[in-house]
Amino acid sequence: MLYRTAGQFKTSYKSDQALFPIKQDAFLLGIIGLFVLAIFPLTASEFAFQTMLIPVMIYALAALGLNILTGYAGQLSLGTGAFMGVGAYACYKMVTLMPWMNPLVAILLSGVFSAGVGVLFGIPSLRIKGFYLAIATLAAQFFLVWLFEKWAWLYNYNASGAIQVPNLTVFGGYVTGPQADSIVQYYVVLGIVALMTMLCINLTRGNLGRTWKATRDMDIAAELIGINLMKSKLTAFAISSYIVGVAGALYVFMWKGAAEPNLFDIPLSFQVLFIAIIGGLGSVLGNYLGAILIVGLPVVLNLVPATLGLAISSAMVEHLNIMIVGSLIVFFLIVEPHGLNQLWRLIREKLIIWPFPH
Amino acid sequence: MKDTEGYVTADGRQIGGVLMEMRDITLKFGGVVAINDISFDIREGEIRAIIGPNGAGKSSMLNIISGFYTPSVGEVWYKGSKRPPMKPYEVARQGVARTFQNIALFEGMTVLDNVMTGRLTHMHAGVFSQALWWGKARDEEMENREKVEKVIDFLEIQAIRKTPVGRLPYGLKKRVELARALAAEPSILLLDEPMAGMNVEEKEDMSRFILDVNDEFGTTIALIEHDMGVVMDLSDRVVVMDYGKKIGDGTPDEVRNNQDVIDAYLGVPH
Repeated sequence: MLYRTAGQFKTSYKSDQALFPIKQDAFLLGIIGLFVLAIFPLTASEFAFQTMLIPVMIYALAALGLNILTGYAGQLSLGTGAFMGVGAYACYKMVTLMPWMNPLVAILLSGVFSAGVGVLFGIPSLRIKGFYLAIATLAAQFFLVWLFEKWAWLYNYNASGAIQVPNLTVFGGYVTGPQADSIVQYYVVLGIVALMTMLCINLTRGNLGRTWKATRDMDIAAELIGINLMKSKLTAFAISSYIVGVAGALYVFMWKGAAEPNLFDIPLSFQVLFIAIIGGLGSVLGNYLGAILIVGLPVVLNLVPATLGLAISSAMVEHLNIMIVGSLIVFFLIVEPHGLNQLWRLIREKLIIWPFPH
Repeated sequence: MKDTEGYVTADGRQIGGVLMEMRDITLKFGGVVAINDISFDIREGEIRAIIGPNGAGKSSMLNIISGFYTPSVGEVWYKGSKRPPMKPYEVARQGVARTFQNIALFEGMTVLDNVMTGRLTHMHAGVFSQALWWGKARDEEMENREKVEKVIDFLEIQAIRKTPVGRLPYGLKKRVELARALAAEPSILLLDEPMAGMNVEEKEDMSRFILDVNDEFGTTIALIEHDMGVVMDLSDRVVVMDYGKKIGDGTPDEVRNNQDVIDAYLGVPH
């Protein structure tokens, strides 16, 4: 009933290929937009900003970047954390070398550096596939984290070896550093993430998206219909790493505030990969659903026992979180390999024909 | 098949000059000689069949034409000039499209997207235009969608255009694959066993489509097929291969009466 499509006819290919061919989708997005633009930021506490709203968006963006590479172009990568690190360190170097630089511009430019590094480490993908490629990206992961630690120039020869986000302003208001308000940072993150998502949706539904998917589904056939596999794979690496790099810059500048090299170690790569898998490989929406689940689960696990009056230690919560996430991944890989996104798609399909399924 | 009998005989149609010529092609894999010194030509507008028993080297020949294999010896001449060694995707961009013996569709995409991939070689919008879905990219998308819809209409697969390919039955998949190849508007279309594994009705449909493609678009077609009835009815000229050698070449009637061909198919008493 809610999702009835009767009466919505398409009279041109343009309207058939519109972003929301069904009116209800646009309406639903409008409601979500209202929540994220006004209701959440105006009602959220500092705790909600820092544990849910901001990290969910940043993780979703990182997973989106990984999804372009792994979900759409079919190139498995385990180096996401390190590529996020490249974005973060590039951003840090830019704002410290050129303090006059607008931090938002720096964040968007930092992706360019990670894109370059991504293409470099993507070159093996021209010869190897699947698990072997995953191992090659794992090499990138270890090498880059080692570089963050050993190359003192990257952290401006700090005694601590960590990078500290300076206080930076845009139009007189602080957007980064300890003095920035969460609500300002929230809107900055929201703006950048929304922009990137929009660009990704367009890329994945257009010609490049089809090139990637063809490369993923059957590379030999793709080459024989005229796809330059090298170009297809390397553009996927470049665009994916760009987005991951921007996510990395946001991760440190808009959320963490400071970073040591081991922040970008392999657990971060896995966390982003889990979000992409649970959310659904080869989807855009899934990254958000996955991020909400992975970021939200520990928060909920922390809050629920407290409100129920149960005494559970924080170590226990940590263990529970790992166990639940682990079993969820096994569950999804077996039952629904296309993730939460597919669940939503099925619900939507059912809703469209409900209550007369025949 | 009866109603199409009229124009399968080459009499009525004008066949053009040589479009592609294979000159003294030999293909070796290590010590195995898959193709042994074969020459033949494919003329503009004709339906050219390559037949032969299993293992004769037909698919290898098709792979050479589409650039997937490079011949050990010999030259491929295309549109009047010798083709330098090139990558398969470059060959495709020169107007050579093909289908595969084992269906090679992109299973995760819809029928429409699969056929749209056939237009890739005709789309040139940059990354930024595509990311913004504005200007050249959007116009191109609409133009090519229209061309793709014509192919979809032509092959009568309108009803399934939004269905993921993985859900389709075998016969339809074969048709979608033909649609993808046709969408590229190729100069020469290579069909690797287009009727393999089909029932009589599906074969009739596919034969009709092949003839219609040749008739309406004037596309040159080279096909490999095991069903002798189909080959003899469809094709204008036939190359017969056996153990990597060419044993016959000519019109279906000539080939049918060639003693070497009969021996290869029926066996010779030793």
